[in-house]
Amino acid sequence: MEAKKTKYLNPYVGGVLLGIVLLAANFVSGRGLGASGAIKSSVVTAVTTIAPSASEKSGFVKEYREEHPGNPMKTWLVFEMTGVLVGGFLSGAFAGRLKLKVEHSPNITSKKRLLLALTGGVLFGFGSQLGRGCTSGSALSGMAVLSLGGFITMMAIFGTAYALAYFFRKNWI
Amino acid sequence: MGPLSVNELISANTNLFLAFIIGIGFGFVLEQSGFSSSRKLAGVFYGYDTVVLKVFFTAAITAMLGLLFFSLFGWVDLNLVYVNPTYLTSAIIGGIIMGAGFIIGGYCPGTSFCGASIGKIDAFVFIGGLFLGVLIFGLGYKIWDGMYMAKFLGSPKISQTLGLSDGVFAFLLIIVALAMFWVAEWAEKKFPRKEY
Repeated sequence: MEAKKTKYLNPYVGGVLLGIVLLAANFVSGRGLGASGAIKSSVVTAVTTIAPSASEKSGFVKEYREEHPGNPMKTWLVFEMTGVLVGGFLSGAFAGRLKLKVEHSPNITSKKRLLLALTGGVLFGFGSQLGRGCTSGSALSGMAVLSLGGFITMMAIFGTAYALAYFFRKNWI
Repeated sequence: MGPLSVNELISANTNLFLAFIIGIGFGFVLEQSGFSSSRKLAGVFYGYDTVVLKVFFTAAITAMLGLLFFSLFGWVDLNLVYVNPTYLTSAIIGGIIMGAGFIIGGYCPGTSFCGASIGKIDAFVFIGGLFLGVLIFGLGYKIWDGMYMAKFLGSPKISQTLGLSDGVFAFLLIIVALAMFWVAEWAEKKFPRKEY
């Protein structure tokens, strides 16, 4: 069964709308959007719950605590990312795109796709901590406020992905 | 007037509630634009679908211009808006590692949540990987905290670094983006794919 091709929003319209959302974030909170920060909050919460004594010695947790006093789950990005799940779900429901599946190129197996997704996730998670934010928090939001670091991180992310694209082409095309 | 929470015009809880609402907008627009599909996202690196480039740069420019105009109208005090600090070494190396994660995994953190929200199992696995990656960074923090803190430049604006006014830089960025959009439209015609 071939489903009819899903219709997406015009990308330039989507871009303007995303820009307005980002502008709203800055207007309300004085900071842009983010994603990896919410994962960091969850990891800090998990680690301090499971191993409280070890986490006290961790420079990573200490640094986080200095920046975010209080409950790490009661932070802006955690609420925002919860909203992302709701907003994405609503959009998918309206567009008829809700479906449990592993999306992959016909050239690779589902198993290989999942292994690659896991590897990519580990790298992205690590890199987002080193780079102080991911594509959302560092690159996109950084560019909107003209942060030098935001532009540098954006160029490093896209430059590397383009440089490596040839070697991973069989996974995608 | 703005930013509302920094100027204490809204309470901390209202700020969190608005974060949730803004997140809904974020997720909705990402999904509507097709960012819930890793194969669509990866298309930008092969030319068959350049939605990432178009949405990303249009959004950055819209928000950048919005902030400049809001500042001009006195609606937002740009001195109170957070400018991401620049740690040169980690900005570059972190970006390189993220770029590798992007082409291997097909998502970035925000888009993986978007993909997971409509049931993409590969997106759930990617998110699992994100948690592991953050945990590894935290566990080995002592090994790389030197690199993490190296070459701190403060929070400079790229316009300052280049010796331009914010407005002139914004104008130049728009010209660059238009040129990239032109190349993107050309690439989609040159490397078409019917189904993915």
